[in-house]
Amino acid sequence: MEPLEIVSRLKDKFFSEIIEVKQFRDQVFVSVKKEKIISICRFLFDDPDTYMNYLADICGADYPDREDRFEVVYNLFSIKHNHRLFIKALISAADPVIDSVVPIWRGADWHEREACDMYGIVFNGHPDLRRILMPEDWEGHPLRKDYPLKGHKDREYKGFEELKDLHSHDKEWNINA
Amino acid sequence: MNEKILTGSQSHMSDLVEVEEGTKIIPGASTIITSIDKLVNWGRSSSVWPMTFGLACCAIEMMATGSSHYDFDRFGVVFRASPRQSDVIILAGTVTKKMAPVVRRVYDQMPEPRYVIAMGSCACSGGIFDTYAVVQGADSFLPVDVYIPGCPPRPEALMEGVIKLQEKIKKEHFRWSPWR
Repeated sequence: MEPLEIVSRLKDKFFSEIIEVKQFRDQVFVSVKKEKIISICRFLFDDPDTYMNYLADICGADYPDREDRFEVVYNLFSIKHNHRLFIKALISAADPVIDSVVPIWRGADWHEREACDMYGIVFNGHPDLRRILMPEDWEGHPLRKDYPLKGHKDREYKGFEELKDLHSHDKEWNINA
Repeated sequence: MNEKILTGSQSHMSDLVEVEEGTKIIPGASTIITSIDKLVNWGRSSSVWPMTFGLACCAIEMMATGSSHYDFDRFGVVFRASPRQSDVIILAGTVTKKMAPVVRRVYDQMPEPRYVIAMGSCACSGGIFDTYAVVQGADSFLPVDVYIPGCPPRPEALMEGVIKLQEKIKKEHFRWSPWR
């Protein structure tokens, strides 16, 4: 199926949910409201004509100037039909919560953990929503645009601060030096 | 003074041959006269066993140095799989703030005397990764003995670094004693 055909099917079923359809180099992006993301994904998975059985990726994205600041991008692919579609769910900064798609694709688990770690987007119904890249006691979400690249000057990561204290103590007492 | 005790009489003094500064031999007697410093440092510097521990792409270069073409073994450098059996830890790659406590723990598990080589620009200074997650130089939390620049350093550079460490070990005094 051509991606635009899939979009027209989506429009038949979820017309009120779709905000925008964009095309770039034969790739089709559908922006949707976040509330019914589960139903949309379930539809794309269950329908035998679309059968999106492979969730290639989930990304977060941060557009600080937009009204809905965050996006979660679902990169869907059907191994059976060899077609691809991108779904973008818009999320506001005030309520960065979206339903998890782990019940549909088990592989969404770590992708959603990454988006949560890097952007602070909370996935409702996720079985194990912990940080995946940063240390578990890290403060902040580094891929947000307002996060300074070199970290916050005034507060160093606690675990590393302890390590530096240990080292300066060692030097003071001439241990290991 | 040693010479007198060991050789016994004045007539045999001339038999001592100084092979290098501070080391003498008695020809034909299979005897070497030297200081414990020299002996211990010679032993240590001839078997610098690094920890098998890679952090990033520099580890690939370290593995290449360890294998047959560059052959680290000829310096007495044999990679050990346990920190308990290692003398030196080569920080081969980017040290992140999440990894730093792990590096420190491995270092703490090594028996003394222990040494640290910072391999590559990342381990030396953070390199191109001047970011929130990367340690800006491993010397901020470990006592680094040798810095090897390069991105990544060639195997020759790593060997040079180990030779520099061996030279450093050979200059140590009294490190075999608990009262140092």
